[in-house]
Amino acid sequence: MADPKAKVVIVGAGHAGGSAAAFLRQYGHEGPIVLIGDEPIPPYQRPPLSKAWLKGEADAGSLALKDADWYAENDCDLRLGVTVTSINRGSKTAFLSAGGAVSYDYLIIATGARARKLPIPGADLAGVLELRTAADAEQLKAALGPGKRLAIIGGGYIGLEAAASARALGAWALIIEREPRILARVACEELSTFFQQYHEAKGVNFELSAGVKAIEGEGGQVRRIRLSDDRAVECDAVLVGVGALPNEELARDAGLECAGGVVVDLQARTSDPSVFAIGDVTHRPLPLYDRQFRLESVPNALEQAKQVASAITGHAPPSPEAPWFWSDQYDLKLQIAGLPFDADSRVVRGDMAAAKFAIFHLKGDQVQAVEAVNAPPEFMMGKSLILSRKPVSREKLANSSISMKEVAA
Amino acid sequence: MAKITYIEHDGTEHTVDVKAGLSVMEGAIKNNIPGIDADCGGACACATCHVYVDDAWASKTGEKSAMEESMLDFAENVEPSSRLSCQIKVTDALEGLIVRMPESQH
Repeated sequence: MADPKAKVVIVGAGHAGGSAAAFLRQYGHEGPIVLIGDEPIPPYQRPPLSKAWLKGEADAGSLALKDADWYAENDCDLRLGVTVTSINRGSKTAFLSAGGAVSYDYLIIATGARARKLPIPGADLAGVLELRTAADAEQLKAALGPGKRLAIIGGGYIGLEAAASARALGAWALIIEREPRILARVACEELSTFFQQYHEAKGVNFELSAGVKAIEGEGGQVRRIRLSDDRAVECDAVLVGVGALPNEELARDAGLECAGGVVVDLQARTSDPSVFAIGDVTHRPLPLYDRQFRLESVPNALEQAKQVASAITGHAPPSPEAPWFWSDQYDLKLQIAGLPFDADSRVVRGDMAAAKFAIFHLKGDQVQAVEAVNAPPEFMMGKSLILSRKPVSREKLANSSISMKEVAA
Repeated sequence: MAKITYIEHDGTEHTVDVKAGLSVMEGAIKNNIPGIDADCGGACACATCHVYVDDAWASKTGEKSAMEESMLDFAENVEPSSRLSCQIKVTDALEGLIVRMPESQH
C-alpha cells in the first residue's frame, strides 16, 4: 500500500506527531505533510519539563525536537495554535478551529492526553497548576524559589519529579496522596517506600491516605489547601498531578473504535484503514503481555511514530520492544522496563540502602518487568529478558555478585 | 559551531553544522539523520544513540562517565570506540568530527 505521494495530515504536534513527520521524511515520503498543533510552539520534548526545565538547566531551543526552520525546509506545513474540531471520514477531511478544512489521504491522530482535573472547590484559582505543556512548566517555575511553598496533589511521577525540582530550587514541598502509599498505581510497595524515604531525607513532606476537600484563596489567588480532615496547609501554589485522560473525543465523534484510548493495531492503524493514531491517546496491543493497554511514554510515542511511518512508506517496521519508562529525581535514575502484568513474585537485587538496586517482577521464571534505580545493567539486561522470555534463576538474580550477563546466559 | 560527519551503517554520510553546547546526539536528531534514535532525549537512560568515534577524536570527545560505561556495556555491537552520542558535548574543538553508527540501536 506504500504511496509515496500521499497527503498525510497529523493532528497533534507533540512528541508523537512531530516524530511521525520526521520519520515519514526519513523513510522517503514525498507527499505533503500537514502537522497541526494546538500549542503555540513547534514540537518539543515534554520529559524535561518536570526536571531540567524547572531547574533552569534546559531552554526552549534544547527542548525543541527540530530547529524551527526544519519544517519549512522539509515541506512540512506546520500549523500552530490550531485545533481540529471534527473529521469527515467519508470525504477524508479534517475541519479546523481557525475555519477551513484540510483534506487527507492518511490521517494520524496524535492528540495526546490531558491532565485530569480535580472536581473540588477552588480548582480554578490562580496558582493552581498542572504540568503537561511548556506553558504549564513556565508558570510552575515562576511559582518556585527559596521560601515558596508548593503543595502537590498526587504522588505519581510528575508530583515526585516536581517535588525534587522544587527542593533543588529551595522551595518547601508537600505531596498529598489519596492512597496509603505514593506511586500506588505504577510501582510496587518496596519502590514506593524507597522513594518516599529518599524524598523525606531531602525535606519533602507527605500526607498519605489524605483527601483534599477544597483549595482556598484570597483575591482569586490560592492561599491554602483544606484537607478532608479539615486541617489547612498554607501554600503559594498547588500542582495537580492526578493522572491523565486520552484526548480521544475527536476519534470517538468520528466513529472510530475507542476503549479508554483510540484502539489501534501494531501498525498504529485504527478501525479505519486511512486513519492512524499514535502516542498517549492510543489503546495499543502489547503482544508480550497478550493485551491492549494505554501507555504514556516517549518510547511508546516514538515506536508508534515509526510504525505509522513504516505503514505509509513501506519501510521495514520497527523491531518489537518492551515498553519502558524513566524518571530522574535528585541523583536517582529510575529506569523501568516492562509492565508487571500477571507477575506472581518479586526479586530484589542490589542494595536499597545504597540507592543502587533493581526489583524484578517474575511470572514463574520469566521476567515481566524490572524497576531499576541507579542500576543500568539490571535495566538493560532485564529489558532484553522481557523481550526474549528466556527463563531465569531466582537465586542467581537475587545474588548481585553474579553479573547480569551471567544471570541471562 | 562544528562541522560533524555522521556515517550510517550502510555508508551514507551526512555532514552538518552543529551548534556548540548541543550534544552530538542532538545534532543528529535536529537534522533528522537516520540511525540515531535517542529515545530518552539525552538522559543517558536508553543507549539508543550509540556511535563509534574515530580514534583520532577519542581524546577530544572526553571521558565516559560510569553511567555511560555501564549503559554501553549492555548495548549491541559495542567496541572500544563506542560512545553514547548524547554524552558528547559539541565544542568548536570538535570541528571535523566523524562518528559512525552501528547496524541497529535496539
